[in-house]
Amino acid sequence: MRVATIAVHTFKESVRQKVLYNLVAFALLLIGASVLFGSISVGVEQIILITLGLSSISAFGLLIAIFIGIDLVSKEIEHRTIYNILSKPVTRVEFILGKYLGLLLTLLVNTAIMTVGFYGALFYQKRALGPGDLVFLGAVYFILLQLAIVVGIAMVFSCISTPVLSAVYTFCIYVIGNFSADLRTFGQGTQSALLGTMSDALYYLLPNFADFNVISQVAHSQSMPGYLWLGNSCYALLYITVLLGLAIIIFEEREFR
Amino acid sequence: MIMLALETIELTKDYRLGFWRNRTKRALDRLTLKVEAGEVFGLLGPNGAGKTTTLKLLFRLIFPTSGTARILGKQLDDLSVRFRVAYLPENPAFYDHLTAQEFLSYVASLFGLRAAEQRRRPGELIDQLGLSASRNVPLRKFSKGMIQRLGIAQALINDPDVLFLDEPMSGLDPLGRREVREVILRLKERGKTVFFSTHILSDAETLCDRVAVLHHGRLQGCGELNTILRLGVSTTELVLEGPSAEVMAELTPYASSVIRTGERVRLEMPEENEVQRALEIILRGKTKLISVNPVKRSLEDYFLQKVGEAE
Repeated sequence: MRVATIAVHTFKESVRQKVLYNLVAFALLLIGASVLFGSISVGVEQIILITLGLSSISAFGLLIAIFIGIDLVSKEIEHRTIYNILSKPVTRVEFILGKYLGLLLTLLVNTAIMTVGFYGALFYQKRALGPGDLVFLGAVYFILLQLAIVVGIAMVFSCISTPVLSAVYTFCIYVIGNFSADLRTFGQGTQSALLGTMSDALYYLLPNFADFNVISQVAHSQSMPGYLWLGNSCYALLYITVLLGLAIIIFEEREFR
Repeated sequence: MIMLALETIELTKDYRLGFWRNRTKRALDRLTLKVEAGEVFGLLGPNGAGKTTTLKLLFRLIFPTSGTARILGKQLDDLSVRFRVAYLPENPAFYDHLTAQEFLSYVASLFGLRAAEQRRRPGELIDQLGLSASRNVPLRKFSKGMIQRLGIAQALINDPDVLFLDEPMSGLDPLGRREVREVILRLKERGKTVFFSTHILSDAETLCDRVAVLHHGRLQGCGELNTILRLGVSTTELVLEGPSAEVMAELTPYASSVIRTGERVRLEMPEENEVQRALEIILRGKTKLISVNPVKRSLEDYFLQKVGEAE
């Protein structure tokens, strides 16, 4: 119950931040502009619109996840509001879970708004929407899973570092996570056994975001295999559990001087 | 058997300092205290004495290096005790984006108050703490004094049995300080325990049943306020105007201090029986006597004595 109270409070706090509205407005603008880009791309109008639209949802979702995610815990510590919450009948576990779920709710609502904008643009271009267009919701679901992991990473860093450094670290991990397979291939291609082992370790340790990116597939009307749905969902759930566990362990030991 | 609101046993806190965290600073040194239920207890000490450290340890915002503490007979990690206590941090800060009403409703929901209570209780406390006009103003527009009042309001939301207030008068104007003093006295009347830290001694003297003096993290003294003040040696202050050199020569051996301000001379007589002799000398010398005041020992004297002993 207290987790829900903290989550709702975090959601309210997030939605009152001006940066959020700027980002969502920008995303909707870009989705709208993708109609324009589509109209000047002869023969591939729809592919351009879908690629640009879904990429906008992903990129702006990422910005929201990082910029609001890193503030989740560090701002409470910096502004000393944490003294007030942790002196109430609230455990540190409840606090972390509440904060995480609150931001997840924010991302869910924002992604929903951007998705509505995306379907609006698609409808404007196609003049109709059919059951086949539901496939794009799959891509949005994978974007959300990706963002849920990013928020978890931001949360871990925000428990141990400053907001700026947390943002940098989270962004770096996101970028590396998109190329973790390449990192492994690079390590295996070298002569050094040490480098190979290290790249293998990093491959398994860092999040593998490449599998979540299905924008190109859905834009080209390729179907998504069932194992991808299940695999990505289980992977995200496991990764988020580990991240939250880590955040909780760090936070349980943390002192607020 | 006396019910203890708070008991600390050899409570100690060391902070690790430096880049390698290899230096330690003892912020609190084996603090052993007992606070009975229904008492107003003042924890006195200069800045850096360990008052805030003590309170943060009690609410597990920091963890003790050694020693233990119990609130209402329960260990500090027992969450059930949090429903019966309240904490006002020093220089409290709350969420800028919320209004006073929203913030107190949020705190009420953390305590799991029923929906009707969540609506009623914040309003009552806002009125009680004189924040009615600012009920729906975002907290970022609140002055320091208003934030302090809101801090007291949030501490009262669960009608706690024990209140821990860290410098509750800090940032308040004289009117606000009087209001907070009245709140504490009303709580005492209702049998609540109030444990507060302060370096404003007049507040402690007005409110406390017992006080403890902390300095350099160590307990320097603890006792009932009445006893402390009664134990003090009384002196008598005589103020004269234009005494002759002869009179002064006779009086000076009896005085512990002589301060001359223009025509006026202030003499402090430590022995009561010598006051009579001094008065005879004054009358004989036809010196104008402005006042005779018995000076009782104040909490400030006690505080300064304890702090001085620790230096």
